[in-house]
Amino acid sequence: MPMINGEFRPKIVAFCCNWCSYGGADLAGSSRLSYPADVKIIRVPCSGRVNPMFILRAFERGADGVIICGCHPGDCHYSTGNYYARRRMTLLFSMLEYIGIENGRTRVEWVSAAEGVKFQATMNEFVEKVKSLGENVRLGDLRCKD
Amino acid sequence: MQGLIDRLKALLADGTVARVIGWKKGDMSYNPTPAIFNSVEDLDEFVYDGFCGANLSKMMIDATKLEGKTAVLLKPCDSYSFNQLIREHRVNRDNAYIIGIACRGKLDIERAKATGIKGITEVTGTEHDGADTVTFKTLYGDKEVAYNEIMLGRCYMCKGKEHVIADEVIGESKDTAVVDRFAQVAEIEAMSSAEKFEFFKKELSKCIRCNACRNVCPCCSCRKCVFDSTKFDSQQKANVDSFEEKMFHIIRAFHVAGRCTDCGECSRVCPQGIPLHLFNKKFIKDIDTFYGEFQAGKDPEAQSPLTAFTFEDVEPKIVSERSKG
Repeated sequence: MPMINGEFRPKIVAFCCNWCSYGGADLAGSSRLSYPADVKIIRVPCSGRVNPMFILRAFERGADGVIICGCHPGDCHYSTGNYYARRRMTLLFSMLEYIGIENGRTRVEWVSAAEGVKFQATMNEFVEKVKSLGENVRLGDLRCKD
Repeated sequence: MQGLIDRLKALLADGTVARVIGWKKGDMSYNPTPAIFNSVEDLDEFVYDGFCGANLSKMMIDATKLEGKTAVLLKPCDSYSFNQLIREHRVNRDNAYIIGIACRGKLDIERAKATGIKGITEVTGTEHDGADTVTFKTLYGDKEVAYNEIMLGRCYMCKGKEHVIADEVIGESKDTAVVDRFAQVAEIEAMSSAEKFEFFKKELSKCIRCNACRNVCPCCSCRKCVFDSTKFDSQQKANVDSFEEKMFHIIRAFHVAGRCTDCGECSRVCPQGIPLHLFNKKFIKDIDTFYGEFQAGKDPEAQSPLTAFTFEDVEPKIVSERSKG
């Protein structure tokens, strides 16, 4: 378990939409709103770009939690990308829960470029949640191999 | 069965169809194999009995590209798959002559063997109009088992005995559904996270990546599959990295989500007996609850729930809220 100063620090992957949440993260930064450094942001052109495989891959590579941030429904830069993402993620999260991955490790949040405060609050909350769940040891070894 | 053969012979003889896709005798009486019959004489080998569980609709992808019409025998559940293939523009409906055949549930030889039957030499009583008991002639004497005790798991949760597409229907089907389609899924959903994980880890660890589930699945009809590698020949089918190997079944289930007609072929062909339908059924159950009842293949015009949306869709957090309440 990765510990820093005796405290568990989870690895969080955040997929952020270029047009909103990425800007939201920027705003949080320039407004000096601090959120844990455990969050690693990956910029995607749209939340609809997030292939369910990205999430599985993140977990397999040792992520303890994955969060997807996109534009509020109705505000998608490409009109409808986040609507499709919403359905896909709902089904994927349900499937992950079904195979035994706690649902606290996955989350979707709609954050606009003006919501630096929401970005900060979401990340703080999500990191705390994943911290309480501890290290993700499951998806790395779905099969009894290696 | 004689009436069926006569009808097929007539269709071939008068030139309505150029070939028939059905089953022929296997090397044992419990493993008939899918076959293409090009002439009236070929049909002498034709067989249709309780072990003809294979879904022939996928063979129509190639067959409908040939010259002349192809007749295909579809059981009620297979007709959903055929409709779905029409929906995805994978088959040419004009080149297909669909004969809906009656079904009274299909048999699972593994289930029969599990009752202690060994050294089988011949099986009788499995025809559609046959008796309620199946007689196994074995090296150690005859054994009788009730037909409805050794059916394929999927037949106990049959989704209906009506053909959704057919040019003609021969025979009358008998209902076999006795349990709820989603009972098994609900059972797993009720487990704790650790139990769920242990269950799936145990099942998926049996996988030998033979790709039988992928090759038999009527939804897995992509010409180039994400699981094929760029390597040459048979190596192409080998997994590229451990990620694919671990996640194969989840990714595959997601790829067919909203398109899977729940035909249950994946579980039937798995040489390791992995209950793969549990993944597909979970997606179907979720789609039904979140986006309204949807049966893929029922209507060839219907849009798949994953290629559509509404403004009022549920938020992904429903998953965590649901498990709390």
